[in-house]
Amino acid sequence: MDIIWITTLVIAAIALLVAIGLVITGKKFAVKIDEREVAVREKLPGNNCGACGFAGCDALAGAIAKGEAPVNACPVGGAAAAQAIGDIMGVSAGALERKTAFVACKGTCDVTKNQGNYVGVQDCRAAVLSGINVTDCNYGCLGFGSCAEVCPEQAISVQNGVAVVNRNRCVSCGLCVKACPRGLISLIPESRIVRVQCSNRDKGPLVKKVCSAGCIGCGLCAKQCEFEAIEFDGTLARVNPEKCTLCGKCAAKCPVKVITTPV
Amino acid sequence: MKSLIMIIIAGALINNVVLNQFLGICSFLGVSKQMKASASLGAAVIFVITIASAVASLLYDYVLKPLGMDFMKTIIFILVIAALVQIVEMFLKKKSPSVYKALGIYLPLITTNCAVLGVALTNVQEGYNFAECVASGFGTAVGYTVAIVLLAGIRSRINEKDLPAPLRGAPIVMIAAALMSIAFMGFGGLQL
Repeated sequence: MDIIWITTLVIAAIALLVAIGLVITGKKFAVKIDEREVAVREKLPGNNCGACGFAGCDALAGAIAKGEAPVNACPVGGAAAAQAIGDIMGVSAGALERKTAFVACKGTCDVTKNQGNYVGVQDCRAAVLSGINVTDCNYGCLGFGSCAEVCPEQAISVQNGVAVVNRNRCVSCGLCVKACPRGLISLIPESRIVRVQCSNRDKGPLVKKVCSAGCIGCGLCAKQCEFEAIEFDGTLARVNPEKCTLCGKCAAKCPVKVITTPV
Repeated sequence: MKSLIMIIIAGALINNVVLNQFLGICSFLGVSKQMKASASLGAAVIFVITIASAVASLLYDYVLKPLGMDFMKTIIFILVIAALVQIVEMFLKKKSPSVYKALGIYLPLITTNCAVLGVALTNVQEGYNFAECVASGFGTAVGYTVAIVLLAGIRSRINEKDLPAPLRGAPIVMIAAALMSIAFMGFGGLQL
């Protein structure tokens, strides 16, 4: 027989064998994938940021489908994703308010006096490790923008020496919270608009010395509040979100204007 | 037995598949960014090449050679190796999910790796028998793993250095790979 025919036949035979083999193995070793997992995965944003604590959106979808994670576990997708995933899983999503990052410092270049003797790597974490003071205030924003660097949505920018969050862009992934070496950033529900924008725990005169926009612990806000919503952590005022009614009287009375006002 | 060990050492060091034969360069440069990923890829390569060279050897000795179809070996090897990797992947997914997770994305990647086909063809060219083919495949794959893990180690060091701007990224990796290749030429003097 002609060699061409032999070759054609042999290759066809091998291809057929391989095809049969693949089909049989495919059937025999088929892995059942939970169809809910696929559906849940589609509703997740797909950032793979890891803010939920899982290795990525795929891993979270698997955990939700198995019931190991709550349907609202994705902070980025927020209420919309939680609702959609809750529908798939047959669980009510529960109320999950959108959170945004909040920088608890108002110490812009105008109100603080920088020592200005730090010349090392322009990075917040490196600056803190170096032990050299970048700002007089030991609690305030350093302004090198380590948080802005890690933000996947470019929602943070350093303006006049202080990190500012663009709340419309924030997806509350929490990467900036971890990046800030001074722990100034926290995720706060959007409606809790009355916040103390300072983290300095020093006594009043010391605060006054380094920053004219720092909480001096005078207590005027607490006196104003009719709901006892202002608490003091040492000399640093703090708004208790459970009692606060967002009236804004404290903000109006604050002598250093460090409490944000309701819009 | 002695000759098998010789074949393994020769495949791993003297005729290193990446650094001396320049096969499988794409994954060598592409996946060597992280030590862990490159080690996983190396493990997957060892796994696939050893099995592929065994199957290719049997196929050649009992099908292609008797029928005088020597000239079709490239095409048939590609066909069989691709199918084989697919089957192995399905098998692992079902029977051993942890191994599947570790090798995961690399298995299909290796299907199209020229090193796999290269080893199968070299084995046939050298006229190895079945045992020698498996040893050669294993040795070659170990050589690939050694090369990629070494490069990953070098790259992790390079990343910490303050390089001149034109050298950053791909150029310095090319230079590192070239220096490694020159270093591995030293093994050429080994008398086995």
